[in-house]
Amino acid sequence: MKGTNLGEFEELVMLTIAALTTEAYSVAICDTLEKHAGRKVRLGVVHAVLNRLESKGYIKSTLGEPTNERGGKRKRFYLLTNTGKSALVRAREVREQLWNIIPDFVFKGLIG
Amino acid sequence: MKEQPTYRPPRWAERLLEWYCRPELLEDLQGDLIEYFNRNVQEKGIRAARLVFVVDVIKFFRPYTVKQPKISHPMHNLTVLRNYFKSAARSLGKNKLFSTINILGMAISMSVGLLLIAFVADLKHFDAFHAGYDRIYRVINTWREPGEEPGQFASTSILAGKRIRESAPGIEEAVIINRGFNRDLSVEGKKLPIKGLWASENFFRVFSFELLSGNPETALKTPYSIVLSETAARKLFNSADATGKTVDIDTTRYTVTGVVRDPPRNSHIQFEMLGSLITMDNRMQAAQDKHWLSWTNMWNNYVYLLLPEQGDPEAVQRQLQVIADQENKPGDKVTIDMHLQPLSKVVIGPSLSNELGFHIQELLILVLTGLAFVVIVSACFNYTNLSVARALRRSREVGIRKVVGASRGQVFLQFLVESVLIATLAVVFGYLMFLVIRPGFLGIDAHFSDHVTLRPALQTYLYFVLLAVGVGILAGIFPALFFSRIDPVKVIKDISQLKLFRHVNVRKVLITFQFALSICFMVAVGIGYKQYSYSLNFDLGFNTHNILNINMQGNSPELLKREVGELPEVTGISASMMIPSVGETYSATVKYQDPMDSTYLYFNNVDENYIPLHEHELIAGRNFRPAVADSTDDREIIVNEKTLQRFGLGSPLEAVGKELAIEGEKVQIIGVIRDFHHGKLDEPIRYFAFRRNPEQLRYLNLQIASADMPATVSRLQAAWKKIDAVHPFEARFYDEEIQRAYAELSAIIKIIGFLAFLAISIASLGLLGMVVFTTETRLKEISIRKVLGATEGRLIFLLSRGFLYLLIAAGAVAIPLTWLLFDRVLFADIVYRAPIGFIELFSGALAVIGIALLAISSQTIRVARANPAETLGRE
Repeated sequence: MKGTNLGEFEELVMLTIAALTTEAYSVAICDTLEKHAGRKVRLGVVHAVLNRLESKGYIKSTLGEPTNERGGKRKRFYLLTNTGKSALVRAREVREQLWNIIPDFVFKGLIG
Repeated sequence: MKEQPTYRPPRWAERLLEWYCRPELLEDLQGDLIEYFNRNVQEKGIRAARLVFVVDVIKFFRPYTVKQPKISHPMHNLTVLRNYFKSAARSLGKNKLFSTINILGMAISMSVGLLLIAFVADLKHFDAFHAGYDRIYRVINTWREPGEEPGQFASTSILAGKRIRESAPGIEEAVIINRGFNRDLSVEGKKLPIKGLWASENFFRVFSFELLSGNPETALKTPYSIVLSETAARKLFNSADATGKTVDIDTTRYTVTGVVRDPPRNSHIQFEMLGSLITMDNRMQAAQDKHWLSWTNMWNNYVYLLLPEQGDPEAVQRQLQVIADQENKPGDKVTIDMHLQPLSKVVIGPSLSNELGFHIQELLILVLTGLAFVVIVSACFNYTNLSVARALRRSREVGIRKVVGASRGQVFLQFLVESVLIATLAVVFGYLMFLVIRPGFLGIDAHFSDHVTLRPALQTYLYFVLLAVGVGILAGIFPALFFSRIDPVKVIKDISQLKLFRHVNVRKVLITFQFALSICFMVAVGIGYKQYSYSLNFDLGFNTHNILNINMQGNSPELLKREVGELPEVTGISASMMIPSVGETYSATVKYQDPMDSTYLYFNNVDENYIPLHEHELIAGRNFRPAVADSTDDREIIVNEKTLQRFGLGSPLEAVGKELAIEGEKVQIIGVIRDFHHGKLDEPIRYFAFRRNPEQLRYLNLQIASADMPATVSRLQAAWKKIDAVHPFEARFYDEEIQRAYAELSAIIKIIGFLAFLAISIASLGLLGMVVFTTETRLKEISIRKVLGATEGRLIFLLSRGFLYLLIAAGAVAIPLTWLLFDRVLFADIVYRAPIGFIELFSGALAVIGIALLAISSQTIRVARANPAETLGRE
């Protein structure tokens, strides 16, 4: 099933969108990702990923109301689509299944 | 607490983003960048924030953000284009007056452009027929001596040519030409004057003149060889088949070793025959003539180099410098430097003395191009002005187009297509005008048509088309920009919102410019003509009226004098070496007592009748005495007052009897003459002397008292025929000679006058259009004013007032500017100048303003007289 596979960063971005609920727009996504993932996130990268996800149909976007900030430009808010949600869930399932079959001793001492 | 975002990111970066980014992505992306920008302003400062913004804008240039170029169907494009043509044609037909003004104005201006293109194309074709055109260079000389401006000469010395042939590597051929070979050739009792050049044996290896018979390698190899042009051969032998025959020059027999096709019109080297240079070389060396091979004898010789393929002109140039450094001996007063000049620069190039053939100054071409360009731009202004003025009427069309889906670019293109279409129509009319003015242009200078045809080649027509497209774009770009910016919503809702009158000032400036230009040209013509007539009527300090100068062409003065003296109309005869005051000069170095103190003395050799005949005023001493038979005593000299001052010779009376040394030879002052203008008026009076050397007399000066000059001249001609059947009679009245000396000025006045006419026509057409437009849009206002009791005069004034101010402004700018230009630049070097007066400055300007007023009043009077009931009743 080519196309439904999520890249690691894509998954992170989608999770962030989900976490931010109705306030998910590009700059906020960047900030949140930076805070939680602890790494420098470039706007250009996020923007490109958002664009790709939207074209894959995992997320959808709407323009907000114009405000005086941002030079009067509207924000583009992102929401997960159902496809997106199910893709995330599936990704998580795959991982959990894999986690489940890992024998305990592999990570012994690492996870406490 | 957020600080107000007072800082903006760089505007150009924003524009760049707007330009490349897809519209659906643009807004939020812009917003994001601005948000980061504001954040960065807080954290890192404005400079860093701006830098980051710019970097980000560039980094966002990615495949998914960039607009896809629209690829529309070719048929669709064609349909759109056809629609543009259709609406352009309709708009042309709808406004016949404006269309006529536009097309006529452009056509007028373009006729000049076409003329210039044809002219330059002709000049560029010069010498291009030589196979080695790109590899041929001419050696030109710079003559330097202390205290004088360096002189640039097209000529060089024979010695330079020989040295280059011997010792400069990197040169395929070096041909030496000497121009002193105009002789009378006799064949079987027939004698004809033929103009020719001496040329070294490799002449035909460098130049591609086509030999009809004879061997190009050997034709000029042996002494006493002559190559005749086809025409010369036919004249002498009645056939072009002359190779192997002999001709006599004086008592020497030459062999015709070849016949060459006549040099084409577009060759700067022109000749009727070529003599082998070795003839001259042997003769001069046998006579041990030191002058012939002297380094400073660089007045009559030309050296052309043919470089090998991939030759290096710079290396050759260095070689020339080495030779010059060897020849310029330390301690020499005069130094000569040699430079290479590519063949393509010979005809259109820098101004050099001693040109061998046809030459046009590069500067002249530049000036003419500049003037033509200004006239064309002026015509473009008309189009721009009228289009924008009429925007009100066409903006609805644009609005509808945009609503239906035309993009900005399409509207822009539509208006450009329209203006290019008009320009193309105009170029057709312009071409017709070009055909009409062509003979006039060729007639400006007597020798012009010998070299220039102004018959465009196929390639030149391509440039004509380019001119049309260029003019169309130049004229249409501003209206196209203007219309493409129109907001359809505003135009359709309420047309008065259109910011039309923002451009009013631009239009005013354009009109003022056009009239200032016209006035400049007119004033220039006035000032130029004044100087011209001033030069012709200038009191030179001697009499030139009714004096006919006959070129004796080597005939005996005594014989000629006897012959022409028999005519009763000839009241006096004198003889001279040259004709002063028309630009010709002869000079020699002169010293008084101090052997280190020398200067140039300009002189003329004359006989004893010359001074009284020309009514020169002898202020001390005596005239020359009639020559005693067989006496060649030329130790007597009559100098002018300037010379006395130069050497401190005291009063004229004291000076008589003192001795000067000319070129080392002692001469005695026997008389002093009142200063007169022996040069042209752009030069000051210098040290001048009359000498007598009967050997060197070349002209007869006849004082003529006749009621019927043409009859007298033809009788003189008959007298000439009796003595010399070979050479045609060459005579000119002194006043005519002076006129010819200033022919250049007169040619320039004609050209400027013509441009003035064009500029005025264009400006007046444009003004007419603007007046028509203004009066039409104010028709209702005028009618209401009239109903309320305004008089016709008052209304005319009201309508014309605005334009009047523009005209006055144009005059106020143009008059002082032109005056300054002439006073400080153009005529700055002329020593004797006609004072620039009120009349020259203002009559031209008044004429222009008068014509403009005519254009204005023709419309305003009509409108002011219109019956208000009719205008208002139409509503």
